[in-house]
Amino acid sequence: MSIDTDDPTIAAAPDPEPDNSLAGIFRAYMAKLRGGEVGSLPAVLGLIALVVVFSALRPEQFTNSFNFANLIGQSAGVTVLAMGLVFVLLLGEIDLSAGFAGGTCAGVLGVCLTRQEWPLVPALLAALLTGALIGLLIGLLVARLGIPSFVVTLAAFLGLQGVLLTMIGEGGTIPIRNDFINGLNNSNLPVWLGWVLGVVCIVGYAGSTYVTDARRRAKNLTVQPILLWALKTGLLTVVVLAVVGYLSVERSRNPALTSLKGVPVSLVVIVGLLIMLTFMLTRTGWGRHVYAVGGNAEAARRAGINVFRVRLSCFILCSTMAAVAGIMIASRTNSVNPNTGGETTLLYAVGAAVIGGTSLFGGKGRVIDAVIGGTVVAVIDNGMGLLDQPQGTVWMVTGLVLLVAASVDALSRRRASATGHV
Amino acid sequence: MSSLLELHGVEKSFGAVQVLRGVDLSVQAGRVTALVGDNGAGKSTLVKGMAGIHLFDAGDYLFEGEPVKVTNPKDAAALGIEVVYQDLALCDNLDVVHNMFLGREMKRLRLVDEDSMEQRARETLDGLSVRTLKSVRTPVASLSGGQRQTVAIARAVLWNSKLVILDEPTAALGVAQTEQVLRLVRRLADRGLGVLLISHNLNDVFEVADDIAVLYLGGMVGQIEAASTTRERVVQAITTGVVPEGGAA
Repeated sequence: MSIDTDDPTIAAAPDPEPDNSLAGIFRAYMAKLRGGEVGSLPAVLGLIALVVVFSALRPEQFTNSFNFANLIGQSAGVTVLAMGLVFVLLLGEIDLSAGFAGGTCAGVLGVCLTRQEWPLVPALLAALLTGALIGLLIGLLVARLGIPSFVVTLAAFLGLQGVLLTMIGEGGTIPIRNDFINGLNNSNLPVWLGWVLGVVCIVGYAGSTYVTDARRRAKNLTVQPILLWALKTGLLTVVVLAVVGYLSVERSRNPALTSLKGVPVSLVVIVGLLIMLTFMLTRTGWGRHVYAVGGNAEAARRAGINVFRVRLSCFILCSTMAAVAGIMIASRTNSVNPNTGGETTLLYAVGAAVIGGTSLFGGKGRVIDAVIGGTVVAVIDNGMGLLDQPQGTVWMVTGLVLLVAASVDALSRRRASATGHV
Repeated sequence: MSSLLELHGVEKSFGAVQVLRGVDLSVQAGRVTALVGDNGAGKSTLVKGMAGIHLFDAGDYLFEGEPVKVTNPKDAAALGIEVVYQDLALCDNLDVVHNMFLGREMKRLRLVDEDSMEQRARETLDGLSVRTLKSVRTPVASLSGGQRQTVAIARAVLWNSKLVILDEPTAALGVAQTEQVLRLVRRLADRGLGVLLISHNLNDVFEVADDIAVLYLGGMVGQIEAASTTRERVVQAITTGVVPEGGAA
C-alpha cells in the first residue's frame, strides 16, 4: 500500500532518545540480563572463575604458554563439532551421531590417504562428502518422515560406530602420515603471521562494524552507541593481542632442540569457521530462516519458508562440520582408531554448545557460543588433569557444570517468558 | 460499485459433510466487510478457501472483476490477498522487522538488507500511525497482545496488498488494545484496502464494519449495510438464518 501522510494524526513514531553514556549502556545491559537474555555471560564468568582457580592451584603448569597452546589443540575437535551442532540445536533438534559421524569421516580419510594412497585433495573431499551424505540421510529421515531426531541420530550413533569399527578393524589403527592433515592440529604459524592475522581480525572487526554503524546512523536507523562500539572493539583488541602475544612466546622445554612458538593452526581453523558460519547465520536469508524455523516452524511455513529444506540443510551442515571435527581429532593423534570421535566427544560438544548459551529449546544461539562453551569444557578437562584428579572426578565436575548451564538456560527462559523477552 | 473480491455460489464439502452451500460474498475496496456467523457456520472454511489453503469444490472466485484460480497461499499473496490468522504466526525469537519480512527478506548482493528492511518496516508502521511500538528491533516475545496484532497486520499491508483478511483480531485482547486494533482496521479501509473482518464480537463489528455478511450453516443469509441494520437483527440472522424484515439483504 502507499504510505501517504495526509492524515493529521500520523506522526513518525518517536524512538525514545537512547542513553549513550557509559551508565546508560550498563543500565541497558543490566535490563537485558534481568529480562533473561543472559547470552554467554554465565559461560564467560564461569571460564574466568575456572582459570583463576586452576591458576591459583597449579600456577606453574596451568598458566604456562605450552599448556595454553595444548589446551587449544585438545579442544579443537569438540569446539568444531559444537559449532556444527549449534545449527541443529537452533531448530530444537539434536544430533547424537555427530561424534561418530566425525570418526567415520576421519576413517574414510585414513582409508583413502593411507590404505588407498590417494592424493590429499580427493581424500579430503571424500571425507567431507561422507559427512554431508550422513547429514543428508539423517535430515531426510527427520524432516521428511518426521521421525524424532533423537531416535534417528541415536540409531546413526550406533550404526556409525559399527561402520567405523568395521572399516578400521577391531583393535586396529590407521596411521596418517600426510603433513597437511597432521599439521592442522599440531603445527604453528610463524610468529609474524600470527600477529598479522590477529591485527587483520581486529582491524576487520573494528572497520566493518564502524562503517555499518555510521551508515545506519546516517539513515537514522537503530544503532548501538558509539561508546559501546569502542568498548567492544577495545575488548576484542585486548583479547586478541593477549592471546597472540602469549602464543608467540617460546614454549618448548628445550628451545635449542625444537622451537615451539606461534599461533596454532587449529586456532586459525576455529576462528575461520567461526567467522564463516556466523556470517551465514546472521547475514543470509537462509540464516534468518533457521532462526524462524527454530522459533515457530508453523509461522515459518505459512510465511512461505521451505521448512523441509532448512531442516535438511542444518543436518547436512552439522554432519559436514562433524567431518571437519573428525579430521581435527585424527590430526591431533596422527591416526584414526575405532574410538575416534567416540567416548565423550559428542557429549562434550553438546555440553559446549549449551554451556555457551545455545538453547536446547531451539531458536536461540550463536556459533560463538560453541567456541566459548568448548573452551570451558577444555579448561575443566585440562585443569582437573593437572590437579591429578582421577577421570571419574573430571566427568563428575563436567556433568555438574553442564547441569548448571542447562539450569541457567531453563531459568532464563522462565524469566524471559515472565518479562516477555526470549 | 465494482467489487474487489466476489464469490458466487461457492461450495465446499469435507467427505460427506457439506460445509459451504452456494455462498455469495463481495468485498469492496475501501470498506470493512464483517463476516459473522455462529460456530460451525463455515467462516473459517470460507476464509481458507479464499486464502488458497482449501480449494472450493464449485463456484466462481473473482478478484478485481477477473475470474482467478487460487490453489495455494502463494497465489493469494500474488493477487494481493493477505490473511492475518488468529494465532498471528509470529516468531517470538525474532524482532519486529524480521517478523514483518519473514520469508520475504529484502536482499542486496544476495545478503539480507537489514537497513532497507528496517526503513520500510518503520515507514509502514508510521503510515498506519502505529505509535505503540517502542523500537522495531524489540523481539516480538516482549510485545503485548495488541502490539503483536499490530505487527501481524502491518506485515499484511507491507506488500502492497489489496485485501486483508483478519481472523478474530480482537479475540484475545483487552479493552484498550481492542480499541487500538479496531482503529488500525479502520485506517486500512480508509487507505483504500478491502478488509474482511471475521469476528464473534458484534460490538467490534458495529464499531468498525461498513457491511455485515451473515453466514448460517454454510449458506449466506445476506450481506447487509451496517448503518441500515441493528444489532438485534444481526443476532437474529446469525441464530435463525433469516434476515428479519427491514434489514435489506
